[in-house]
Amino acid sequence: MNLVMSIEKMILAIITTNPKKAPSGIAVFHCDNQEEMYKICSVLEPILDGIAHKITDEIMIIVKH
Amino acid sequence: MSEYVYPVLFGMACGLFDRILMLRTDYRQYPTYLHGKIIHVALGFIASALGAVAVPALMEENITAITFLTVAASQFREVRNMERNTLAQLDSYELVSRGSTYIEGIAVAFESRNYLVIFTAMITTLVYIEFNIVVGLIAALICILISKKLMGGGKLKDIVDIEFVKPHFVNEGLYIDNIYIMNIGLPQRQEEILKYGMGFILKPKNFDARSTIANLGQRQAILHDVSVALGVYRDSGTPALVPLAKRDLEDGRVAVFVLPQNRDIQRALEIIGNTPTLENAIRMPTERNTKEG
Repeated sequence: MNLVMSIEKMILAIITTNPKKAPSGIAVFHCDNQEEMYKICSVLEPILDGIAHKITDEIMIIVKH
Repeated sequence: MSEYVYPVLFGMACGLFDRILMLRTDYRQYPTYLHGKIIHVALGFIASALGAVAVPALMEENITAITFLTVAASQFREVRNMERNTLAQLDSYELVSRGSTYIEGIAVAFESRNYLVIFTAMITTLVYIEFNIVVGLIAALICILISKKLMGGGKLKDIVDIEFVKPHFVNEGLYIDNIYIMNIGLPQRQEEILKYGMGFILKPKNFDARSTIANLGQRQAILHDVSVALGVYRDSGTPALVPLAKRDLEDGRVAVFVLPQNRDIQRALEIIGNTPTLENAIRMPTERNTKEG
């Protein structure tokens, strides 16, 4: 919307059960199973004030909008 | 006592009455109680005084008195700034913001109402002086009706058909009908959204309406109005529970996703229908051909 370029969205954390697939350079939480992944996400979501999005069954991200 | 005292007082009274009629506090809660109202009634009084006094000044061939009206104009531009600043400041603390388009629309309305008051005061004073008080009253009534008409504005239900559709999930994607809204990762959040969320499809009635409801400000205004009237299931720190309006690129339909506290479908349909079409959002692409062709 703005002519000046600015970053509006940002990945704050990655939560994954498959560390091989997770990108580097961001905080990555390794989990053993999907249940743990959901648990960590639901804790991180209110703390970081972001939204938990599911990319694949193995990777979830917390994004600041 | 000058012969103009009664006509001027009459013009001022009519102008002020017109302003009070245009000052409504409704579900949008603007202007709020008392203090906000006093400001606008006081400014309305000044406006009506300016309008009423201008007529005798001109009749006495005091032509330069008309420059007085330019003072009024700059004064009321200030009203617009005041409204804009106040609302813009408050907007950041709203759970669902009004959006700048809506704010600008409100600010413009407040400015123009004062001009209508000047107009009313001027006409009624003039008519009183030229004829008598009865004709003056008729003129006042006509002016008030004109003001009402000019200030009415369009409603969304005139340009779109509104339909309730239950939101659903396809994997992690939240959909209303076939329109994608957002990706919700947590099953717990998905349950909340299915429990509290409501979806509406706005189907434009013509090509002009399609561009109007595509405007982001117009969509924000719908979300704000629904959230104010029906409450909102959200708090700071829960960005996943945000009301959104997305557009179908194929046919220009807009899907409105809201999380109201009071989930009364009929009432929600009414409120969306009564959302004003913002004058800054109205587009008329079809007018182009008719004018130029």
